[in-house]
Amino acid sequence: MKLEVSIRRRLGATNLNVDFAAEAPVVGLFGRSGSGKSSVVNAIAGLLEPDAGRIAIDGEVLFDAAAGINLPPEKRRVGYVFQDALLFPHLSVRRNLLYGAPGTAMRIGFDAVVGLLGIENLLERSPAALSGGERQRVAIGRALLSQPRLLLMDEPLASLDNQRRLEVLRYVEALRNELRQPVVYVSHAVGEITRLADHVVLMNEGGVLAHGSVHEIFNRPDLRPYTGRYEGGALIEAEAVAHDHAYFLTRFRFSGGELVAPGLDTPLGTRVRIRIRSRDVSLATERPAGISIRNVLEGVVSGVSDGGGAIIEAQVRLGQEEVPARISRQARDELGVAAGRRVFVLVKAIAFDKRSVGFSA
Amino acid sequence: MGDNRPMLSAEETTIVLLSLKVAAASVVVSLPPAALAALVLARARFPGKTLFDALIHLPLVLPPVVIGYFLLLGFGRKGPFGAFFEQVFGLTFAFRWTGAALAAGIMGFPLMVRAIRLAIEAIDPRLESAARTLGAGPWRVLASVTLPLALPGIVMGSLLAFARSLGEFGATITFVSNIPGETQTLPLAIYNFTQTPGGDAAVLKLCAVSVLLSLAALAASEWLNRRSRGVAAGRGLM
Repeated sequence: MKLEVSIRRRLGATNLNVDFAAEAPVVGLFGRSGSGKSSVVNAIAGLLEPDAGRIAIDGEVLFDAAAGINLPPEKRRVGYVFQDALLFPHLSVRRNLLYGAPGTAMRIGFDAVVGLLGIENLLERSPAALSGGERQRVAIGRALLSQPRLLLMDEPLASLDNQRRLEVLRYVEALRNELRQPVVYVSHAVGEITRLADHVVLMNEGGVLAHGSVHEIFNRPDLRPYTGRYEGGALIEAEAVAHDHAYFLTRFRFSGGELVAPGLDTPLGTRVRIRIRSRDVSLATERPAGISIRNVLEGVVSGVSDGGGAIIEAQVRLGQEEVPARISRQARDELGVAAGRRVFVLVKAIAFDKRSVGFSA
Repeated sequence: MGDNRPMLSAEETTIVLLSLKVAAASVVVSLPPAALAALVLARARFPGKTLFDALIHLPLVLPPVVIGYFLLLGFGRKGPFGAFFEQVFGLTFAFRWTGAALAAGIMGFPLMVRAIRLAIEAIDPRLESAARTLGAGPWRVLASVTLPLALPGIVMGSLLAFARSLGEFGATITFVSNIPGETQTLPLAIYNFTQTPGGDAAVLKLCAVSVLLSLAALAASEWLNRRSRGVAAGRGLM
């Protein structure tokens, strides 16, 4: 799916000024709340008319101010999953699902969607009788059945609790991997974006700060203030190579060595993205003995950035990857951490939670 | 009540049936324009909206006699609208039950618009946006989302207007006079009997019928109100 967005629009105090083109199965719109992400998807859906610019999907123009083109939402074939599901309260789940279904020539069939989302038992219920996660799954199904060429998802997990988030996240991955449904996914949560998106558009104050592959955006140190200091870290492409059934652990191989993470949900041979948060990384100058930490990898310090506070960040090269470690300035001075120094990178297995390991498409 | 005399005389039955007919016709005729006006007031933004709103509310605040007189001017035989309807549709309002229905419909109009407007304003407009993204054009959205969700308000407004029509007096008597069997509805008949020596029994009976009809309308609206809240809570589906 090729998406071209180049729009301008005055929005109260801030101005929306967005330019990007992306060719990827899943495009992530990432940024703080209020950065203009929702306005961009509303403009793509036709619910917000830009003052100027152009929007096209796979070369077909949906909006072009100069040419006087502005397709109404119902002519755009763009599905929309809102933050709060917005199911029609007067219709049953089945009639909600079928609301936008054309009936004939369905690329995505009713039974397939219902099966994929696990909502077979909910069909005759009223939306009011569903849990938050169920409601969101029905909303996804309803949008899918309208046979959209592009599905917009605006913070679809934001109104759910943690448990439900993981549940719905799995279904979103399934529609990407199994239905090959092109998606624009909006979120301010690093975990969701790194797990789902291939191309990331990083938004700030109504504009695009940077856009590129998810790998590039989340590994760029200069974007760290926007991709999250607390959540920030490295995104590593790896492959599941071994299961330890006795201890419920999975080993992942990447260019810099092997990582151990809890859980056995990843089938062997699967390519995954693993996010390592820099605050979970410790450094040692010698290989430690008698230690509970499972991941000990040898690398070379490639750079140190010192913001002047108590905490500094050291970049360590592990194979093809750069892993940042947030350590205290005191530790840096005691250990003599500087560019070129050989160090051991230590990461607890438990630092990889379910949201930091995602299947890559 | 051991005897076999009917509770209402033939004359009184005629009055009650005529009242129900006039009220029902007034509701049926005013419902489409009221729904349209409510939709415009709830969703549209245009210059002069305040004036439009005020105009719709006029019957609520003007003396009914004034409305009746305006109707006489506009919809009488010689009035511009009256002549038009008579020539084009063969429909006469002056001194006919149709005129009574028109007067009652206009007096109940603001109540109906208000109830429907409140119901439409309570609908999340994003539900309509969601329907658009699912491929529904504006008319389908109106028919499949907006109106069904506003249904409790539409029913409530209709009941209110119906009850208001049953009690309409001033505009009716001014516009179509007080003709037994044609324009003499319940309030007009009650007024008539109070002016007639020995009419007390009839007055009491018709008053009792009025009370019963009003109570029935109130009970119906209460029941519908509760039922629509049940739908919102997911206990029932339409």
